This record gives sequence, structure tokens and C-alpha cells, in this order.
Amino acid sequence: MNRLAKRIVAAAAAVVSLVAMTGCGSSSEETSGPKITIGIKFDQPGVGYKQGNEYTGFDVDVARYVAKKLGYSEKQIIWKEAPSAQREALLQNGDVDFIAASYSITEDRKKVVDFAGPYFYAGQDLLVRSDDTSIKSAKDLNGKNLCTVSGSTSAQVVKDNFAKSVQIMELSGYAECVTALISGTVDAVTTDDIILAGLASAKGGGVLKVLGQPFTKETYGIGVKKGSTQLIKQINDALAEMVSDGSWQKALDAETSGTDYSPNKEWNPPTKFDAEDSDETVRTDTASAK
Amino acid sequence: MQAMLTLLSQYDVLGAFWVNIQLTLWSALFSLILGVVLVMMRISPIPSLRAFASGFVEFFKNMPLTIIMVFMLLGAFVQLRFQFSSTFSSNFYWLAITGLSLYTSVFVCESLRSGINTVPLGQAEAARSLGLGFFQTAGLIVLPQAFRGSVAPLGNTLIALLKNSTVAAACSVATETSTLMKTMIEYNASSIVAVFMIFAIGYVILIIPIGLLTTWLSNTLAVRR
Repeated sequence: MNRLAKRIVAAAAAVVSLVAMTGCGSSSEETSGPKITIGIKFDQPGVGYKQGNEYTGFDVDVARYVAKKLGYSEKQIIWKEAPSAQREALLQNGDVDFIAASYSITEDRKKVVDFAGPYFYAGQDLLVRSDDTSIKSAKDLNGKNLCTVSGSTSAQVVKDNFAKSVQIMELSGYAECVTALISGTVDAVTTDDIILAGLASAKGGGVLKVLGQPFTKETYGIGVKKGSTQLIKQINDALAEMVSDGSWQKALDAETSGTDYSPNKEWNPPTKFDAEDSDETVRTDTASAK
Repeated sequence: MQAMLTLLSQYDVLGAFWVNIQLTLWSALFSLILGVVLVMMRISPIPSLRAFASGFVEFFKNMPLTIIMVFMLLGAFVQLRFQFSSTFSSNFYWLAITGLSLYTSVFVCESLRSGINTVPLGQAEAARSLGLGFFQTAGLIVLPQAFRGSVAPLGNTLIALLKNSTVAAACSVATETSTLMKTMIEYNASSIVAVFMIFAIGYVILIIPIGLLTTWLSNTLAVRR
């Protein structure tokens, strides 16, 4: 019995050390030289998504392009997950050099971080099943079921402004919402249109569609540490170049392929990269919060 | 301080705490009932009931609460179509209470079992020799003493339940404190510390009286032997 116990402990120790060694291996493989750390979402297909060691999405394409213009090759980029609630802390502590993670520019956030950009204008929209013809606008959601992720107020915006009797389900992630949408538990999913387009594209087969009637305006910027004036200028130049040389449109088309989604033409692509100077608060911070 | 007051006037923080209190009270009631039933089964003379109850207790005791809650939502509701009400909000509310009650009942059962262990075996033997049956022995002699002996662990279970009620967010109860905290961080990123302090202080204010009350009750009610 005692021998058996010893063997189990030995086996466990072996497994632990093996895991530890794999950790060493992967980090030493990286190329030397200066590194840039970029914060992105890991869980939003089409926007910021991690699959194995591959990073895809529109935010990732933008970040990659910017990093290239700043003089960093693909191998010098360290991707770091930037969940919504941690973005300001990551920038303030210097854990990341910049963040491109569906990060809306707001007056409140500008108090603690600086923004470059904007690089995209999104708007809150609805994702529905393609064969469901009963929902043509947010007003048709009365008596229907709507899904969003917990902690987001987007569903409340719909309830307050468009459909008083909509029923709201809050799940931990958009992937769960899509599952609920396909199974028929809910009739629509709401958040920014580009995230919805990414979800529809990831699902494939044209099963889901984005309504294409955004009812809010979100300004995606690239977050940097407060006071990084030089970096903001460099990023803005890179963004302007990305739009003018067509890479911006190419990235957007690739990430939303298979859906007939196109971003709001009035706003996109952005022409002015003046997030720091403009006083335009795009999202009313508290109107929908209560 | 100023930031905290601004936040308090912007968001319905008290309302969110009230949702957690309600979840706690309902779950405390149901888990107390279920816990008593379970502990009766565990001390019953029927082996199959004892086996079922100990299996049930071991299962839920070792299951993370989040998994139970997600199961209530995605398993019981989405897959099995089990629902309390066709209104989403009250359906999720009661599903969350069911999950919390199942999880907490096994800790109530274990607390009561520790109380039963403080009752000397002679008490039950004396009851049986007077001709009392199982329910009379349990209900009149053993459980009353067991309750008085397990006030402290039951109080701790209640405190844990109040804190666990924030996991109701995993069951789509969107009006409770942890969800509100996420929303506040999303929209007031510049005052993250104030947001955190509001909820930390709120829970401390709620929980300290429970702790004081149980300590006092436990001293007053304990059976002196």
C-alpha cells in the first residue's frame, strides 16, 4: 500500500515536471529582439479570436498592421488577452503596449487611458436566424427572447428604447448565445454589428444573419497608456495608411466572409484619426446604465 | 469617496443587493427543509435511504456551484425545457434558487449531522426504550438538540450562501450584484476602485451582523452538558 502511494506521488511529480518543461520549451523558441505586447480579445470570432496558436479577427489584423508599421514583425508580437473589465488596468500597469479589443472610445475611459484611432465605427445591431422573417427591426422584438452576455447593457438598450416586452437572457459568452439562438431558445442576439458578423461568419452556411440596422454608434479606438503622444501619432499614421492602401477593406471582407454584412457606409471607413482631440462622446455613458 | 457617491446615485446598487438577499432567503428556506429531510434519511434505519442520502450529499458537496448553475440554465432549461414560468426573468430567478438550494442543502445536512453527533447516544436509546418510534425520536429528542448544537455551522452556511448568491449571474439572473459590478466597471472604468469598494463594503455590512447573531445564538442555545 505504501509502495503504491509512493508510485502515485512519483508519477504525479513526473507529470508536473513534464508540464513545466513544455512551458520552458515554447517560450525559448521565440525569436530574440524587441517585443511588442498587444491586448486583444480571445473569444470573439471575426474580431479577436484565439484558436490554438492562431490569432484571427479584424482587431488582430489592425493590430498586426500597426505593429508592422511600428517596426515589429509577426514573430515579435506577444498577444495577450484583454477582457473588457481589465483593459484599463492592463494599460495603466504597462502589461501591454496597446489594446485593440473592440474598445469603444468614451469620455470616462479617456480619463484613465489615451486612444489612437478610431479605426472602426460599429453600431449595436441584432443577429437572427436567416429563416426567421418576423424580425425586421429592433421594434419587432416585443414578446421575443433576446440574448446578450452578462454585464453588458446592450439588451437593456433594446428593452428601454424599442421593445418594452422583450425577454432578456444573459449568458457568459457570445458563443453560448449563438447556441441558444440556433436551438430556438432565444430569437435574437444583440451587441456591436461587427462582433455579430464575426459570429455569423464563424457559424457559416448562412444560418445566421445580421439585420444591418445599427441603432447605436460605437467608436473603436486603440487604447494606449495615458500620455503616449508619440505612440498615438505613429498608430494614427499607420491606421490612415491601412485605410488608404486598401488593407483595411481587405481585412474586413476576409473576417466577415460568408455573410452579406457591410459596416455602416456613412461612418466607415474612418477618415479622421483624432480620438484624442475630438470631444465627440459617442456612447452616452450613463443613459442606459440604470 | 466622491466617486463612490456619484456611482451610488447613478446605479441601483441597493436594488441589486436586495435581489441577492431575496435569493439568499428563499434558498435558505428551501435548503433548510431539504437539509432536514436529508439528515433524517442519513440517520434512518433503512439502508437504501441512508445510501441515497449520502450519495446525494457527496455528489452536490463536490460539485462546483457554477457548474450546477450553468446546468440549471443550459441543461435543465435550454435542453430539457424545464421551466417554472414562461417569463424569462422569473424563470431564471427560480432556477437559480433551485440550484442554490440543492447546493446549500447538503451543507445544511452536514452541519446538522455534526449537531447530531453532539447528542449522546443514550438520549436516542432512552427514547426508544420509552417506546418512541423513529420519527418521534428524531423529531422530539434528537433533532431539537442537534439544531441547538449546530447553530454556528448553520450560520457559516448562511454566510456562504449569501456570498454564493452572486453566482446566480451564471443562471442569467441579471439584476444581482456581480452583474451590476461588471456593468459599472464597463461604463465607469476610471473609478474601478470605488466600484470594488462599494460591493466589498456592502457585503461586509450584510455579513458581519449574521456572524454576530450566530455567535450569540450559538452561546445562548447550546445544550450545556
